[in-house]
Amino acid sequence: MSATLDIDRIGYSSEVFEDFLKSRSEPDWIMDARRTAYAKYEELLGEELDPEEFKRVDLRIFNAAKFRPSEAASNADSIQTLLANETEYGGQIAHVDGHSGTATLADSIAEQGVLFGDLQTLLTENRETLEPYFLQQAVRPDADRFAAWHAAFWTSGTLLYVPKGVTVDLPLHSLIAHTNDGVADFGHTLIIVEDEARATLLEETTSADSDASGLHVGCVELIVGKHANLRYVQLQNWNQKTWHFAHQGGNVDSEGSLQWTVVGLGSKLSHIHQDVNLNGRAATAEVNGVTFASNRQKISYYTQQHHRQQGTHSDLLYKEVLRDDSRVIWRGMIKVDPAAQQTDGYQRSDALMLSRDARCDSIPGLEIEADDVRCTHGATTGRVDEEQIFYAQSRGISEKEAMHMIVEGFFQQVYDRIPIEVVRETLSRTVQGKLGIEATASV
Amino acid sequence: MSSLLKITDLHVSVADTPILKGVNLEIRQGEIHALMGPNGSGKSTLAYALAGHPNYSVTSGTIEIDGVNITELEADERARLGMFLAFQYPVVIPGVKVADFIRHAISNIRNPDRKEGEGLVGMREFRKEIKSRMEELGMDVEFARRYLNDGFSGGEKKRMEILQMAMLQPKFAILDETDSGLDSDAVRVVSEGLAKLSGPEMGVLIITHHERLLEFNPPQYTHVMLGGRIVETGDASLAHDLHANGYAAIRERHPEAAADNAQAEAAAV
Repeated sequence: MSATLDIDRIGYSSEVFEDFLKSRSEPDWIMDARRTAYAKYEELLGEELDPEEFKRVDLRIFNAAKFRPSEAASNADSIQTLLANETEYGGQIAHVDGHSGTATLADSIAEQGVLFGDLQTLLTENRETLEPYFLQQAVRPDADRFAAWHAAFWTSGTLLYVPKGVTVDLPLHSLIAHTNDGVADFGHTLIIVEDEARATLLEETTSADSDASGLHVGCVELIVGKHANLRYVQLQNWNQKTWHFAHQGGNVDSEGSLQWTVVGLGSKLSHIHQDVNLNGRAATAEVNGVTFASNRQKISYYTQQHHRQQGTHSDLLYKEVLRDDSRVIWRGMIKVDPAAQQTDGYQRSDALMLSRDARCDSIPGLEIEADDVRCTHGATTGRVDEEQIFYAQSRGISEKEAMHMIVEGFFQQVYDRIPIEVVRETLSRTVQGKLGIEATASV
Repeated sequence: MSSLLKITDLHVSVADTPILKGVNLEIRQGEIHALMGPNGSGKSTLAYALAGHPNYSVTSGTIEIDGVNITELEADERARLGMFLAFQYPVVIPGVKVADFIRHAISNIRNPDRKEGEGLVGMREFRKEIKSRMEELGMDVEFARRYLNDGFSGGEKKRMEILQMAMLQPKFAILDETDSGLDSDAVRVVSEGLAKLSGPEMGVLIITHHERLLEFNPPQYTHVMLGGRIVETGDASLAHDLHANGYAAIRERHPEAAADNAQAEAAAV
């Protein structure tokens, strides 16, 4: 036990938990699960975080006491989104300050037995179908302090359930927003795509007020069945006064495929624990990361590609651009179990530094217990190449414009892997915005 | 009136080592000049210094276009005034498509006051133009969608330089060993491409070790560089003679420059 442990600074005391429970009206089984999770959380609060994962994540100035779940929902109208109006969606839902709004879902999709909407309502109405998944498989409440914290306090969430054999062609959209200062939200995303089903969900986080501080302790669970396909994008675009912690897991069954894109643009400090579990034969996962850190932002990832069965395939590519005094940490691991022969695992992280004061730590790793596998990994960190700048300048392109082209080109290599046009276009536009390029009309 | 590129007593250092020791050269639009010389004589240094590479510092002398001193200008400002360098080793820019790169480039060249984010040349006219230029150079139009020089063969890179020259239509083009490292078919393509493009609107400085490029593009002037100076100037027959007989006679006639050159060559090893 640490003598300096101060629960109110690093987390929520049992008084906060009891108050929170009183604000909920939920069936007993959900309340009981929260109590079990809180007991685990209290236990984990007394333990050190795994140094392998957290030693580079500086939490000294984090103060949980500044943030509380909000009691009333705010108005969602004034919230700027990057994705909500950019394409046709099959359904949409927004969560504001930890309160879920009403979801829309096209009749043609609902008729096929697809469930989409507010997690709490749908869990209550479909306990038999959903309970075996919720915080049971892809993310466990006892995984670490943040997972347990989330499991005890989850406030709101998006649920997508696609029954066996159903294809949802149109993408679905989920928005997680903060409006008030000091708000804590514990948003959850649970997606279950049953055998031979297919779906796409685009999710974004945003802050209505660039000055309001906030805390997000999130969780993402992606369950992909046999021969199923899920494309999931999470675009984290909080303001730079928001703390973002998330435990995210994706489980893929035999011959299923998961295409998962993680975008980190916002937050004061973010730490994402991302697990990909290839649980069935010939399961595949493609993981894309786009990170652009500026000012004093700190963005950290701990990624794990876990090959548990034969013939599985994983391919992770993270690209990070760092400006100003920002810091990015990526710790990646490929794990191959003894049973997972003929596995093909790949991981790569490339960082481009635009400032001498930025810092990037990229640490790839392999743990291989099978003997017939092909695993490759790599990490690069570099500055913008002066010769590239000169080459572009010699063609009449200014130094600044050349640098911006090089940054966009750097990200282009990961955009090329994202099979959803609206996401590629939105990312390109958003990165240009962060670079400070004001587009004007073409002549 | 045709434009004039005037280089006067140019001294250039790289990392504090003097390389060019007083180069004088005048090139008019419409003229073809060949620049020859042994390794270490300063040919590429002159090319980079003219284009405005930040590592090549002009310690004295001037570079002027039509009386405007461009010695202190950034590379992009020089390009907007009509300077072009075809690189000996073209640079790869991953993720930036050939078409996007060239569209930005010509937007700046044709509208020299353009700022970043301001309008680009219209997509429709641009597509038409680049397509016809690529066809003229015998290039697969698919190249426009590839990333700039990324995974290109030596010959493809050099052809991409010629394509950029065709699109940018510079007043003055410097070709730094555009024919090196190519097989004879590729040299022919590049030579023919240059022959089609050069004309009364373009002054050309061809830096080469080979004769093939000059066969297709006969120079009015041949300059020989040795030890950081231009030591002799002649016509096309001088190029032919150097190609046949080498630089021994030149070294004998200019012992001081030959000694400087030997020193520079030794330092480069």
